[in-house]
Amino acid sequence: MTRPMTDSGEIVACPECDLLQHLPELAPGAKARCLRCGNTLASPASEPIDAPLALTLAAAVVFIIANTTPLMGLSAVGRQAATTIPGGALEMWRQGEIVTAVIVAFCAIIAPGSYILFMLTTLLAVRRPPAPHWVGELLRWADSVQPWSMNEVMILGILVALIKIAELATVEPGIGMYAVGGLVVLFAAIMITFDPREVWRRIEWTDDVAEAVR
Amino acid sequence: MTATALTAAEAGLVSCETCALLSRPVEAAEPGYCRRCGGKLEWRRHHSIQYTWALVVAAAICYIPANVLPVLNTTTLGSTDSDTIMGGVALLYTTGSWPLALIVLVASVMVPLGKLIALSYLLISVQRGSIQSNRDRTRLYRLVEIIGRWSMLDVFVDTFTVALIQLQPLMSVAPGPGVLFFAAVVVLTMIAAESFDSRLIWDSDATRRFDA
Repeated sequence: MTRPMTDSGEIVACPECDLLQHLPELAPGAKARCLRCGNTLASPASEPIDAPLALTLAAAVVFIIANTTPLMGLSAVGRQAATTIPGGALEMWRQGEIVTAVIVAFCAIIAPGSYILFMLTTLLAVRRPPAPHWVGELLRWADSVQPWSMNEVMILGILVALIKIAELATVEPGIGMYAVGGLVVLFAAIMITFDPREVWRRIEWTDDVAEAVR
Repeated sequence: MTATALTAAEAGLVSCETCALLSRPVEAAEPGYCRRCGGKLEWRRHHSIQYTWALVVAAAICYIPANVLPVLNTTTLGSTDSDTIMGGVALLYTTGSWPLALIVLVASVMVPLGKLIALSYLLISVQRGSIQSNRDRTRLYRLVEIIGRWSMLDVFVDTFTVALIQLQPLMSVAPGPGVLFFAAVVVLTMIAAESFDSRLIWDSDATRRFDA
């Protein structure tokens, strides 16, 4: 539990209700919640850099597999067909649904891909603190693309499509589908093990104009 | 305890929305950028209420064609069938996969509608300066943020169905105009949820009543 503002320790404002409060020293695995709105303010991890780094590296490999191998294959009346994630977006584009194709490509490929890229660079750069200023920019970008990365929604969409099409023809799940499932697990694990507060602590910044407070 | 409780804004501090660094801006009217992460500093998100309302109204308008217009056109040996979102749900239900029908119904019809209602309620209650059930309203906002992305489900289903079923001239599936409106509803409501500033829920509560 946190306490209202006192004269010692780190002071934070709750991002959801703006209440100033004192943040106690927390053991890994512990959580501090805002005493007014209940929002989680801090949840330190035991390996805040190395664990998410390993998971992000794994996610990068799985992401490439997910985007290059078929999600599912279909065989009907002697014909074979298969599709990949980029293939899905591309087919929407070809059929004239350009805006939808762009939205699908963004949520399925660009957002998760750039999240992996930004996180990987950030985590590598902060291993030897102090990290340069631009690392903070990258983490900010990772933060803004994260809500648009929709692996978990996509895997459910793939499964629904698979079952719908199974009514018409024989469909077989491909490697890509399992890879997307793997991405869902890896992304969840990255977010659980990652502690952004630890990264911010390691980033170099100057305090020349604004009078910032600790 | 209530005597010392202050919000950052009341203390003249801006909390960075990205890295949570507290800054004391030199000029209150122009807080500028965060020294640490370069994010734009704002006491409260700029024109939060107006932007969120505009996006909610735009999404509500798109919600109608999204549900009325077909999302998929299936051509089988020359004859074409059109399916709306609800048509797709009905198809899943009649082919025996009612759990899937339920998932698609919740994600495609109920979640977007629920989001529009929830955001409108949050906006109206903030505009009226309500101090009732702040904690519950914050929870509702968190739910809207978490659940919103799931409406993209049907867009993915349609995309992969279209991509896979291209067996001309036997059978082919093309996207209908409904998909675009549907995707627009999801994107607009997601941006609306992001532009809403949950701190506004608490700003009317100058009495600092909370259970500690």
